[in-house]
Order: sequence, then structure tokens, then C-alpha cells
Amino acid sequence: MAQTLEEAGHDLDDHDHEHHENLAHHFDSYEQQFDAGKLGIWIFLVTEVLFFGGLFCAYALYRNLRPEIFAGCSEFLNTQLGAINTGVLLFSSLTMAWAVRCSQLRQHKMLVGMLAATLSCAAIFLGVKAIEYSHKWSMGLLPAGLYSYDPLHPHHPDAPNYLLYISLPFALILVGVVGWLAVAFLQGDKFKVRVLMPLSVAAACFFVGIGLGMVLESGGVEGHGAVDVDKVAHVHQTGESPELVGAGEQAVEAIAPDDAELTGLELLARDKSNPGAQDALEALATQEEVARGTVLKSEETPMPTASETVPINTPKQAGVFFGIYYCMTGVHAIHILAGMGVMVWLLIRAVQADFNENYFGPVDYVGLYWHLVDLIWIYLFPLLYLIG
Amino acid sequence: MATGAVPAQSGGRDAGFVSDSENYLKNSSGLLSWIFTLDHKRIGVMYLVGILSSFLAGGLLAMGIRWHLMSPDGLLFSNDAYNQVFTLHGAIMVFLFIIPSIPAALGNFLVPVMLGAKDVAFPRLNLCSFYLWLGGAFFFVGALMMNGLDTGWTFYTPYSTSTDTSVVMATLGAFILGFSSIFTGLNFIVTINTMRPPGMTWFRMPLFLWATYATSIIQVLATPVLGITLLLLIAEKTMHIGIFDPEYNGDPVTFQHFFWFYSHPAVYIMILPAFGIISELISVHSHKGIFGYRFIAYSSIAIALLGFLVWGHHMFTSGMSQVTVIIFSALTFTVSVPSAIKVFNWVSTMYKGSISLTTPMCYALSFIFLFTIGGLTGLFLGTLSTDLHLHDTYFVVAHFHYVMMGGTMVAFLGGLFHWWPKMMGKMFNETGGRISAAIVFVGFNMAFLPQFLLGNQGMPRRYATYDPEFAWLHQLSSIGAFTLGIGLLTAGLVLLHSLFRGKQAPANPWGGATLEWHCTSPPPFYNFKHAPAVGDPYEFANVEYDSATDNYVFTDLPRELVPDEHEPAPASAGGQA
Repeated sequence: MAQTLEEAGHDLDDHDHEHHENLAHHFDSYEQQFDAGKLGIWIFLVTEVLFFGGLFCAYALYRNLRPEIFAGCSEFLNTQLGAINTGVLLFSSLTMAWAVRCSQLRQHKMLVGMLAATLSCAAIFLGVKAIEYSHKWSMGLLPAGLYSYDPLHPHHPDAPNYLLYISLPFALILVGVVGWLAVAFLQGDKFKVRVLMPLSVAAACFFVGIGLGMVLESGGVEGHGAVDVDKVAHVHQTGESPELVGAGEQAVEAIAPDDAELTGLELLARDKSNPGAQDALEALATQEEVARGTVLKSEETPMPTASETVPINTPKQAGVFFGIYYCMTGVHAIHILAGMGVMVWLLIRAVQADFNENYFGPVDYVGLYWHLVDLIWIYLFPLLYLIG
Repeated sequence: MATGAVPAQSGGRDAGFVSDSENYLKNSSGLLSWIFTLDHKRIGVMYLVGILSSFLAGGLLAMGIRWHLMSPDGLLFSNDAYNQVFTLHGAIMVFLFIIPSIPAALGNFLVPVMLGAKDVAFPRLNLCSFYLWLGGAFFFVGALMMNGLDTGWTFYTPYSTSTDTSVVMATLGAFILGFSSIFTGLNFIVTINTMRPPGMTWFRMPLFLWATYATSIIQVLATPVLGITLLLLIAEKTMHIGIFDPEYNGDPVTFQHFFWFYSHPAVYIMILPAFGIISELISVHSHKGIFGYRFIAYSSIAIALLGFLVWGHHMFTSGMSQVTVIIFSALTFTVSVPSAIKVFNWVSTMYKGSISLTTPMCYALSFIFLFTIGGLTGLFLGTLSTDLHLHDTYFVVAHFHYVMMGGTMVAFLGGLFHWWPKMMGKMFNETGGRISAAIVFVGFNMAFLPQFLLGNQGMPRRYATYDPEFAWLHQLSSIGAFTLGIGLLTAGLVLLHSLFRGKQAPANPWGGATLEWHCTSPPPFYNFKHAPAVGDPYEFANVEYDSATDNYVFTDLPRELVPDEHEPAPASAGGQA
């Protein structure tokens, strides 16, 4: 990114150039400087897309191989929380775009406000994410190597308080920022007060997100579970062993055929010249037996794979989904954190009233980056949460 | 004073020395002035030091390997230690030396100067790249110090997820080096796109810049995929996410696809800048305009793009479908077309040229010879039937050493000798340089030609011991490797000697026409006071030898002069304005 603070170590005899504030020595004009930065950030975004492209590739590959695992495991994700985070990020993109406009119009106070709003949204996003992560971790819904989810006892009583660990650094930041703000206020340091006030709000917003997430997720633990049990009961009309139907186990085998498919297959299978349909029907019958808890048929009659039923609640199955889930959302969260870091820097410069119609590149570039991070979430949300 | 160009003196016959206050090496002193420098030339020099140190480390490991293989039972290492030594040799040479060698060291120094810009577009990002490189290097050294690394430089799963050696440390190092590479590429693309002075159109750019541009495209597009692959590998090793590890339903071939999607284009990151150097060297030292400028320029871009489509040829035996391997094989052959165009153009450039057998030219000639062998033997490996026989044998080892070492490393040395006077302001001993080129050429061929035979006879790569029937070829190869080592040492000594005893270099010792030869040697810290006038980079008609100063001077200026906003261009100066 084109950071064009005057560099002390980079002095240059500038006799015949008049001094331009914020114009780096090696550029001829503000326009050239802006164009260079803009091209640079776009290329950087291309690398980001490719970086995430690897993850999306892994997702596509394994979803294609095991669609039922993805559909089943997606039930564990709380759509409400995902939707809220989507809305929060979309709104933050609006405030970010607005911030770019403010910087061009020299609306310095408005710019600080918009950056603070964007930061706050990012903090809310992370707060909600913290609830989602800690809830799953305590249930053992982890990548394959650590996966320990037990549908009969979904909540490990002796699980560490993950939420506390995640919140701790943010709590420290909040306390630190507020404390610093108080000191600055007492010392009458107006600049620091104007920087730290929005930062305190943003830091506090993390806990707004935590609260929001807690309300929905705790309402969710019973409600969410119950809803899904209904769903499962609806899907498995053919009969489950009743002890298997418990809160949170819906993902275990949400892979039975629905009525429409079954009837269609039966119709097809009436045609004796259609062995494929008969095989499929046979496979479904096998699946139902498996679902009832009967033993799998022996190896000599391999199931003709219409839609195989597999016990997906194992590290090798659900664990892979969660491995991909944590990689994708985790890398995305790291990008949110990085964006927040850069925005704090922007906010300080905005308080200094550094930006104007000639020099608003940094705000613009961070804005583009932020929109990309937002956009990636727009893809992650349906691909992970809405596929059930 | 018309600084930035050759200082004007009587008659315009000046060697072009720079004053100490403007010399980029001396305009400020002290360690801090280097550590925090934003000058692309100093960053290039720092890279050069770092890269040559890695080259030394990787080279010593190579000498260890060849010493070990002097005897069928191995002379030096246990089998485990041998695995670690060849892994580190590969990882250091690929990630720390070859990939950054030309773009980061020579490229950093040359891109803005050849372009006529004052600096790269993002000087601080540039410095950041260097420190990322340094950080990645420390991780590699850390891996070496801790448990070593024995996966081969490719980190193939499932072995890499089950071995006890420091895979995480080394992959983190490669991840960081990847970002260094991305930022360098990004910087060059933006610099070349937005910082060309008036008159520097795309087709007046020296071919080295075209090659660097093509390389940067690959760096920017391929390296992020390596980044995420290595990140996933680390996640796989620490938590078992089940993507690459078959024990958790993962697929090792997926890792190979991910890995080679970067690492095959990375081969072109290594060789494309070398093509750029050779294009400059052949033209300047033949004192003749380059033949087929546009073909060479476009073929660089073509190689960069085609390079993305051929990664599967590393995996012909990994279990891909018949259709896939045939497509990959066919695509692989298409890459040979732009490569052959380049070789053809270089040879045509020399035809009826006035060739000076200077040290850089000696290296350039050996490049053409060695790269041609390396390229042609690649065809055997791209052919499906022969690849089944040759896969994972010494034939592969010989092939990629011909391309990477005989190609990139030799071109790097040629470029280093060519621009050394510009970078350091000192002339080296021409005889010593030529001798080093000869020893390197002989040693290299003695080391790697036998390996083609070994591979063809079935000697697998990466083995610590071998059947006695292979002994004489291995010994011949080892003796060649030591000769090569001596040659490289000679080259290093010649260059070091020049720093202390070399005579001061004139502005244009070779008679080049590109913009860097219009600066003094070494350039002033700001490169060009005003945007330089730009003409055809391979027009040698107005470059004339001046025996008084042992320098080439520009006799007249048929170039179109860009009117200067601030002061009129000095009309009588020997250099350009």
C-alpha cells in the first residue's frame, strides 16, 4: 500500500520540486501516486482471492466427494448467527464506502465516525464468531485430529471455558483503551481523547457481539436442537431407533431419502429393465436398515451407492467438514483482525485530518480490502451455513 | 550540475564517476543507514549478500551429498542424515537462493534504473520483502537446528504429516518467503505499469524488464496458492483437518495438485528472469540489436501463462486419469515453443554480431548450451511412456539441475558479472572471470551429464546408497561437482578481489544502450535527476568506444528528448539529459 509519510531516512535534495505534503519523493504527481497504490491494492486483492481460492478448492473437492457430510454437518452451524454476521459485515462495507467519500470531501469528523462504525461492526462480527467457536469447541466439534463429539453427551461438562480464553485479549484491550482514555482525558490531551474514544466504543462492541451471540445461541441450544430434531424426525419418517433421536444428533444421519425421491425411485424400479433404479432402491432399503441400527450387509453385495448412508459423526467424516470450516472461517477472521489493525492506523490519521481530495488513497485501499473480506464472507455464509 | 547523468566535462568524453556524496553506496554510512534504507539499490545489495550466503550454504550441502556418494555404501552420513542433507540442499536452493536470486537481488537493483524511475513504487514494502526473506531464512535455519527436515523440498503428504522432523517450522519459513516473493512481484508490476518515464513505451522496455514483468505475474498469481497449501499442511500436521492425510480421509494427491500448482509456475519464476538477463547479455556483448524483440517479449508472457497449465506433469505416476495425463503431457510440450523461440532469437542475434568474449558473454554462451540440454531432456520427461521409466530417477535430477543450475544460476552469474561494475563501481579481473566461466562449464557438465546415464540405467533419486555398478558414474559426477565448486569459488574470489583491488568502473564498460548505462557507476542514490530521454534499448549505432577512458560513450542523441519542465536539457553533455 502506498504509505507516503515523509521518511526521515530518505531525504533527497528537493531544490527544484516544491514541497508536497504526503507526496512521496519518487512520484511525480498525486495522480501517479494514487494510481500506483490503486493498482497495488488490486493486485494484492488478486493474491487474496487466489489464497482463498485454495480453500474454496478444498471445499469443492470434499463437498463433491461427500455431499452428505457437508449437508449433515452444516446443521451444527447456527444460521441465525451467520445471518447476523452477514448483515453486520454488509453494513460495515457501507460505512467503509462512506468513509472513503468523507475522506475525499475533507469531512474529517464524519470520517472518524465512519471508521469507528466499521471497526465496531468488525468487533461485533468477531464477538459473534467467538460465541460460535467456543460453543463448538466445548462440544468437541473440531477438526479430525481433535474431534470428540458425542451425540449422546454433546456438551462436555469438563470442557475448558473457551469463551473466556477468546475474550480475554479483547477484554484486556478494552480495559487498556478505556484506561488510557481516562488518563488522556485527565491530562486534557485532546488528540488522544479523540482517537481513544472511538476505539473504546469499538472494543466494547466485541462484547456487544458476545452478548448478541449468547442470547441467540443459548436460546439456540434447546430451541436450535429442538428445531433440528423436528427436521430430522420429518426426514426420517421411516423410523429411527428412538434413543438415537436426541438433541444435536441430527447430523449423525440426516441422509435418508425424502418421500418424493422414494416414490420416484419406486416408480422407476417398476420398470424391470431398469436395474439402476432397482439397485438404488435396494441401496435405500439397506440404508434404512442401517438407520434402524441393523448391521451392514456383508461385503459380497456392495451397496450400489444411490446415496450412501455412512456414520458421519466420526473424526474422519464430520472432522473433515470442521477442518475445512475452521480453516475457511479462521483465515477469514484473521483477515478481519488485520483489517481492524489497519483501520486503527487510518483512524489516527483521520483524527490528524491527513486526508483530502488529493490524498485519500489509504482510505480507498483499505476500503477495497475491506469489501473483499466482506465479499468472501458473502460466499462463506451460504456455502457453510445454508446447505443443510 | 546535471546530476544523474554522466557529469558534463570537456568534450563529453568522461568515464562517468560519481562523487561520494551522491554514490548510493556512500551517501550515508553506518549500519542503520543500511538496515532502514528504502533505496532499492541498497535493498538489492542486501538481498545479494543474503542470497549468496544461502547459495554457499546450499552449495556446501551439495558438496556433502556428492562426497557421500563417492562410494556405493556412502562415505559421510547415516541414511537419516542423508535424507536431511538432500532435503535442506533442495529447500535452501529453491526457496532461499534460486527463486529470489535474479528478481530480488538483480531485479531490485535494475528494474527502476532500467526503467528510468527513481525507485520502485512501494519502497517500504520492498524493504519489508527483504525482512520477510530474512525471517523465512531464519525459520529454515531454525528447522535445521531443531530436528532437521527429511521430507524432500516438496513436503509430500502423508510422510510430511507423520515425520517427527521440523516440518511446521520449515513450512512456516516457506510461507513467509512466499509473501516476500509476492510483495516483490507486486512492487515490480506496479512500478513497471505506473512509473515509466515519458517515452518509455512498453516496446522500448529492455527485455530484462519484460522477463521481470512476466515473472512478477507468476509470483503474484501462483505464490498465494503455495501459501494456503502450506497453511493447510501445517493445520493438517497439528490438528489433522483431513484434507491431505489419508489416515483422516484426506487425499495426498490433492496435496500434490495444490503444491505443483504453485511449484511448477515457480520453475518459471526461476528461469524467466534468467531469459531476461541472457537477452541483455547476448545483445550487448554482440554489439548488435536483439533479433526478434517482440517475439522474445511476448514469449516471456506466453511462458508465464502456459506455465500455469502444466503442473500435472509432475504427477504422471501419482494416479491421475488417462485423459488428464494426456492433456497435461500435451500442454507440457507447448511450453517448449516459446522457449525455443528465445533460443533461436539469441543465436540469431549473435549471427554477424561483433562478439566480445567477455566474462558475462562466456556465461551467456554456456547458458544457451546448458539450457538447451536441460530443455530438450525435459521432453523425455513430458512424454508419458518415457516418463514412466525415468520418473524419480537421476535423469530427473540431471534435467532440473541443467535448467535451474545450468540455466538460472549460470545466467545469474553472467548477470552479476555484467552489472557488477554498475552495482559496485569496480571492474573485475577479466581473465579470472573467464577462467571461472570455463571451470564452471566443464565442472557442471562433468557433474550432471553422467546423471542422465545413471537415471536411464535406473538409479533412483534420493537414495543414500547404490549398487556398485553405478559407482564410476557417481564418482565422475562427484568429481565434476567438486570442479564446479572450485569454479564457483573462483568466480566469488574474482568478484571479491575486484571490491578491494578493482579499478574504478566507467559508466558504460560494455557498450550497453539501456538506461542503466546512462547513469554513473555506481548510480547516484536518486538514479535520475530528471526523467531520462528514452530510445530504442538495443540501438548501438551511437555507442562508441573511447579508449582513453576504457568506456563506451553515447556520441549523439538521435533519441527524442523530452522537454524538461524546469530547465532546458544541456545540449553539449556527453551523456543524455
